[in-house]
Amino acid sequence: MMERRLFILQRLSAMVLAPLVLVHLGLILYAVRDGLTAAEILGRTQGSLGWALFYGAFVLAAAVHAPLGLRNILREWTGVGLRLINLLSLVFGLLLAGLGLRAVVAVVA
Amino acid sequence: MTETLTVRIWRGKAEGRFESYEVPARANQTVLDVVTEVQRSLEPALAYRFACRVGVCGSCAMTVNGRPRWTCRTHVRRLGGEGTLTLEPLRNLPHIKDLVSDLTPFFEKWHKAGGRFAGTAGRQDPPQRVDPQSASRLAASAAIECINCAVCYSACDVVAWDQDYLGPAALNRAWTLVNDARHGAREETLDRAFAAGGCASCHSQGNCTRHCPVELSPSQSIAGLKRSTLFGPPKVGEPG
Repeated sequence: MMERRLFILQRLSAMVLAPLVLVHLGLILYAVRDGLTAAEILGRTQGSLGWALFYGAFVLAAAVHAPLGLRNILREWTGVGLRLINLLSLVFGLLLAGLGLRAVVAVVA
Repeated sequence: MTETLTVRIWRGKAEGRFESYEVPARANQTVLDVVTEVQRSLEPALAYRFACRVGVCGSCAMTVNGRPRWTCRTHVRRLGGEGTLTLEPLRNLPHIKDLVSDLTPFFEKWHKAGGRFAGTAGRQDPPQRVDPQSASRLAASAAIECINCAVCYSACDVVAWDQDYLGPAALNRAWTLVNDARHGAREETLDRAFAAGGCASCHSQGNCTRHCPVELSPSQSIAGLKRSTLFGPPKVGEPG
């Protein structure tokens, strides 16, 4: 049952990530093309609930999706036991969520 | 002088060697005919396996010129091997002797994937009615004709590197049961097909579908299992 749930989580998080990644890439192109400075970018993001929600969702979806993919790769390509792999993936996921949310707070708070 | 065919055959178990034999090249000969000719006239100790000789039983599969094939329905002429033939046992399975592989792990995985039918009706009950045109029955019918030859299992690269992977045939079987209105353990079969080493390990490389001698598509069955876990098992018609 757990494998089934993890599979579903990985697929659903991918579905969430797909449009977010496209917007994120578009945003990078936009910011670079217009030559926005860091101060100008922060001026637009700080206090913005929209960007907080957008990147908050991005970080959470990535923190779910990436460790599951990593888990599959470790399972397939290393001889490491499943328990250790689960633990490593969990730690990786928490790390991604922690660092990502910290970054979101830094640009919107 | 008649034309001859050079046949290189694996002799031994995991450790062994190729030995070459010369047999007459005939206008109409299958790979199994060639092996039988070698065994009857040149190498009586050669071990190989066959039963029906007409592509029904699935016991004569071997690796022919590097690819897994059912040898009884593979004509030498169509292989285009320039007068040579290289025969080995199926890969991804323990070798017993010469051309014979041990199929035990293959069938164990078949059960591990939930491949055992669990009937819900007794012999006193009337036969259950299944609409042959229902979507679930069409899906089951498309995958049901597996002859368990293990060609797909041998062709699968994921099986080659992941010993826990259940393999295409077992998952294909599970998919037919998940679609079978008469099967009493459809959720359980789906769970088993999705346990570690189950259908989520499939990389969709399609070697199984490419090599299946009866032209089934285990890839499609595995994709169906994956879909089922997201959207629930397929609706099967109410047994009447």
